[in-house]
Amino acid sequence: MTAVTDPMSIPAARPQRKTPKGTFDLIFRNASFASALFVLILLAGIMLSMIIGGWPAFKAFGLGFITGSQWDTQADVYGAWPAIAGTLTTAFIALLIGVPLSLGIAVYLTQLAPPWFKQPVSTAIELLAAVPSIIYGMWGLFVFVPLFAAYVQVPLSNIVEGMPIVGTILYSRSPSGLGILTAGIILAFMIIPFIASIVRDMLDQIPSVLRESAYGIGATTWEVVRHVLVPQAGVSIIGAIMLGLGRALGETMAVTFVVGNANRLSGSIMDPGSTIASRIANEFNEALGLQMNALIGLGCILFFVTFVVLVIARILVARVKTF
Amino acid sequence: MRKLLILAAATIGLSGVAQAADITGAGATFPFPIYSKWAEAYKKETGIGLNYQSIGSGGGIRQIKAKTVAFGATDAPLKGEDLTKDGLIQFPTVMGGVVPAINIAGVEARQLKLTGPLIAEIYMGTVKKWNDPKIVALNPGLKLPDANITPVYRSDGSGTTFVFTDYLSKVSADWKSKVGTNTSVQWAVGIGGKGNEGVSASVKQVANSIGYVEYAYAKQNKLSYALIQNADGQFPDPDDKSFQAAAANADWNAAPGFGISLNNQKGAEAWPITAATFLLVHAKPEKPEEVGAALKFVDWAFKNGDKLALDLEYVPLPATVKDQVRASWKGVTDPAGKPIF
Repeated sequence: MTAVTDPMSIPAARPQRKTPKGTFDLIFRNASFASALFVLILLAGIMLSMIIGGWPAFKAFGLGFITGSQWDTQADVYGAWPAIAGTLTTAFIALLIGVPLSLGIAVYLTQLAPPWFKQPVSTAIELLAAVPSIIYGMWGLFVFVPLFAAYVQVPLSNIVEGMPIVGTILYSRSPSGLGILTAGIILAFMIIPFIASIVRDMLDQIPSVLRESAYGIGATTWEVVRHVLVPQAGVSIIGAIMLGLGRALGETMAVTFVVGNANRLSGSIMDPGSTIASRIANEFNEALGLQMNALIGLGCILFFVTFVVLVIARILVARVKTF
Repeated sequence: MRKLLILAAATIGLSGVAQAADITGAGATFPFPIYSKWAEAYKKETGIGLNYQSIGSGGGIRQIKAKTVAFGATDAPLKGEDLTKDGLIQFPTVMGGVVPAINIAGVEARQLKLTGPLIAEIYMGTVKKWNDPKIVALNPGLKLPDANITPVYRSDGSGTTFVFTDYLSKVSADWKSKVGTNTSVQWAVGIGGKGNEGVSASVKQVANSIGYVEYAYAKQNKLSYALIQNADGQFPDPDDKSFQAAAANADWNAAPGFGISLNNQKGAEAWPITAATFLLVHAKPEKPEEVGAALKFVDWAFKNGDKLALDLEYVPLPATVKDQVRASWKGVTDPAGKPIF
C-alpha cells in the first residue's frame, strides 16, 4: 500500500500531478469543472425541452411524423419528410460545391499565391465570413435568383425537358430561380469562407521543413499537397468541413429567402422546397396547438440530425488519425 | 451645449412619463403601419404611447391569452366559442383589401380579368398556362402568353393567407374540400415568399407569376394586378370605395365578436376579397385601467384616424359599425362589474 503512494515508485516517464492543496487550487478546479458541467446541463436542458415540446406531435403521428410527407395545418396532419429531405439535399449540394472550392482557395493561398495576391484574398475571405446570413439571403433573392432563372434554369429546362432521369432532376415546371439548388448554391457561398479560412490556417501551421524535404526529393507541388499537406492537415480539414456542414444544416434566414418555401416533395432540385429551419422560421409566429408541437418536434429532429452528423465526423476523424 | 443638455433632460423626462402610461399590444403584422401612425398622433395629443409588437396574428392570440398585453391583434377572427372560453371580447378596427398581383409581359394593371373559381384553379395547378381557354374567354382581345403560371403564396403563417383562402373556399367547392381556409395551407403548386414583401418581390421578379398581397403593398411596389369578378358579376376597381362597399353590405352581427367574413359580399361595387383586422381584450381584465386606456385609444382612432388610414390605403369602418363596436365595449368590466369604457 505504501509503495503505491510513494512518489519514488512511479516511473519517471509519467510524473504525477501534485494533488491540489491551496484554497485557490480547489476553487479553480471546481470552477472549471462547473464550467464544463454547464455545457452538459445546457445541452440536456435544450434536448429535454425540445422532446417535451414536440412530444404531442411525436405521440400523435409516431414514426409518420418523420416519414410523412403531408404538412397540412388545416387538417392538423404533420409529416416532416419534405423538410428533412430538403435540409439534407441543400446541405449536400452546399458541400458538393463548397468543399472543392474551399480546398482550392486554401491550397492556392498557402502554396502558390504571390504575396501581393495572398493578402487581399485572405482579407476578403474573412470579410465574407463576417457577412450576416440575411445579407446572403437578400443578395440571393434580388441578384442571384433572377440571373439564375434567366441564364441557367430556363435554358436548362428547355434542354432536359422530357429526358429520362435527368429530365426529372433538372426540369423546373416554373423557372422562378428559387428552389433547392439555389438554396444549396447560396449555402455553398456561405460556408466557403469558413472552411477556406480554417483550412488555410491549418496548412500554414504545417512545419515548412516537411514541405521543403518533399520538394528536396523532387516532388511536384501537386505531390506535396497530395502526399504531405493533406495527410498532415486531414483531421482539421474534416473538422472544418463538419463546421461548414453544421452551418449549412441549420442556416435559416438565407435559405428562407431563396428555397421557394414549398411544403411538398419534388423529384427536381430546380423546384421549390423547404428545410427544417426555414419551415420553423416561416410558421412559428402564427403556430398554435399541435402545429406548435410539430414545429418544436422539427427542431428536435434537426438537433438529432446535427448530432448524428457530428458523430459521423468523430468516426471519420478517428479513422484519419490511424493512417 | 446647454441647449443639448436641456433637450436630453427633457427627452428623459418625457420618456419617463410616457413609459408609465404606455398601452401594450401585440399581434397581426398587417395593421402595424396604421397602428403606429395612429399611436404617433395619439401620443402627440395625449402623451400616452402605444407599445405594439407586430409578431403575427397567432402570436397576438397567444399573448392575450397569457395576459401579457392589454390587447391582442389578429387578422383571422376567433370563433364565438373560443371567445367565451377565454373570456375575450373581439372587435374590428380597420379594413383592407387583397388583390391578385400579376407579372405578365405586356399586361397592365386592371387589364386582366379573373374570377374566383379561376384563381382557385390556378392555385390548385389545374389551370397551368396564361393562354388557357378559360382565361382567354374572360379576356377577349388581351394578348396572353403561352407560358406556365407560377403562383406565389405567403410561406409564413399569415392573416392575408387566411383571407385569401377564405375567399377561395367561398367561391370554389373544390378548394373548400381539398385545401380549405387557414393562415397557412397546403399549396399544391407555386413558390412561397416570406411576408407581403417576399410575395411582392417574387411576383416582381418571376415572369408569368401571380401572387396575392394587401392592396397597399401592390400600390406601393407598383405591382400590376388583375380585376376579380364579384358576387354581382361585376369587375370593380380595388380601392377604398369598393372595399367600403363590401363592408357596408355585410351583416356585422352575424357572428360573435364581429367575426364575419367580408369576402364575396353582394353589391355591384363591392371588391370580392376584403377583410377587417381585429383586436382582442379580456372581458374582465386583471388591470382594468390598462384595457381602459387601450379602448380610449381605439375610440380616439375611430374619431380622428380615418384620414391617416386612407393615406396608408387602409379603409375605415363604416360609422354604424364603429357605434356597434363601442356598444360591445359595455361588456368589458372591472372587478366590480362596472363597464370600463
